[in-house]
Amino acid sequence: MTQSILTQDQTAYFKGLKCKECGTEYKAEAVHVCELCFGPLEVNYDFSPLKGKITRQDIESGPNSIWRYRQFLPVETTDPIDMGTGMTPLLKSHRLARQLGLQNLYIKNDAVNMPTLSFKDRVVSVALTRARELGFTTVSCASTGNLANSTAAIAARAGLDCCVFIPSDLEAGKVLGTLIYAPTVMSVKGNYDQVNRLCSEVANTHGWGFVNINLRPYYSEGSKTLGYEVIEQLGWELPDHIVAPLASGSLFTKIYKGFREFVEVGLVDDKAVRFSGAQAEGCSPIAQAYKESRDFISPVKPNTVAKSIAIGNPADGVYAVDIARKTNGQIESVTDAEIVAGMKLLAETEGIFTETAGGTTVAVLKKLVEAGKIRPEEKTVIYITGNGLKTMEAVQGDISEPLTIEPKLDSFERALERSQTLDRLEWQPVLV
Amino acid sequence: MAVKVLIPTPLQKLTNDQATVECQAGTIADLLESLETNCPGIKARLCDEQGELRRFVNFYVNNEDIRFLDGKSTSLQDGDEVSIIPAIAGG
Repeated sequence: MTQSILTQDQTAYFKGLKCKECGTEYKAEAVHVCELCFGPLEVNYDFSPLKGKITRQDIESGPNSIWRYRQFLPVETTDPIDMGTGMTPLLKSHRLARQLGLQNLYIKNDAVNMPTLSFKDRVVSVALTRARELGFTTVSCASTGNLANSTAAIAARAGLDCCVFIPSDLEAGKVLGTLIYAPTVMSVKGNYDQVNRLCSEVANTHGWGFVNINLRPYYSEGSKTLGYEVIEQLGWELPDHIVAPLASGSLFTKIYKGFREFVEVGLVDDKAVRFSGAQAEGCSPIAQAYKESRDFISPVKPNTVAKSIAIGNPADGVYAVDIARKTNGQIESVTDAEIVAGMKLLAETEGIFTETAGGTTVAVLKKLVEAGKIRPEEKTVIYITGNGLKTMEAVQGDISEPLTIEPKLDSFERALERSQTLDRLEWQPVLV
Repeated sequence: MAVKVLIPTPLQKLTNDQATVECQAGTIADLLESLETNCPGIKARLCDEQGELRRFVNFYVNNEDIRFLDGKSTSLQDGDEVSIIPAIAGG
């Protein structure tokens, strides 16, 4: 059943899986739920052989992708599926920072992650590499769009059969961006939570590797690389504060785990990092639990323009709340109008066109700064996780139209003058 | 009421590898007792020491999460389909 002969690494540091709730241990197979308490399973490592041994140079001399951190990921092969995923730019913000009154703002730009322009390429690269090791020949996922794009693309590269499940109301760009790789696409008449429920039933019966279901313990580890890269790109230093979008809450908890692991093996000096999360008001079960000081999540029915983070029943929500609390961070939500304004603000000040999830993050950053919850000098990193070209519907009607002119100089001059007059009117306070 | 219960893989060891079980129950609370009678040990997997459903367990009646209905008091009709689903990540 295994597709290719894999090069085994004798120095893989993962030992198996362990329940995050009750600690029961399992073999490193395609299982994701504890039989005893239904808690999520997480990959268990023993990094003690790396402690004080692995150096920054070891990592810097690795591939220019997430696989430079291979020893920290749950795969055995030395020949992973590497499409140049990861090592996306960490930009020091100047114009957005100035506008918000921040001195030390950085943008981790996964809107240009490879191959499908979202952070999902990280988790899928890890999941499919592990799927191949476990002998799966068909891979699958339940997706709000980005995960489908990524699973279909990387499965194509790896020569794996692929079947993805999406809600039927997705943005056109995300559907087309999946279909081009020619997987089987099931467009399900329901919301993401219903799609996921269906998929867990399919996973029970079809023996497929679902990246976000039975392969989830491996898949979610890929997000740790967003933590490792920020440390490395800051010059081997932890930031003071991070702001990231919250959908299931997994990304948020794995950035935390990534930071802790690099501290544990001695690659970076320890310091307190505040973790703040961003949700859309139309789907904010984690923000609600945080505000009401609950240790459980009450599911909601999503209704927001930010479809990529519209998970009404987030699996890692309780862990995200826990991390925000213990690191003295915040979890905040913003309206759809603020999300679109956030997308425009990032584009206009930094030249980055992000999707709605990134707009949510920028809008929450702004809200936290205005509420005095981020100090101007804090070294703050915001995670921009997806690309705006996939969700153009979200901003249509909110951005300007092109100026249509004749192919003549005077037509151009008139239009230019008119546009500058309009700009000036926008700058000036309106006197009534 | 005769209802059909879809059993997730992690619990199938308790149901002799059966993916569906027929139960007689008027509410979800009844259903938990009925399942326990048929498949001893299953209730402790689904409920904590206080008898409340564990936080990572999701019950659906037909297509609806019982937390949008009446929780454990949600009533069941003949022919209803009840699914037990672990919480899932993704996006």
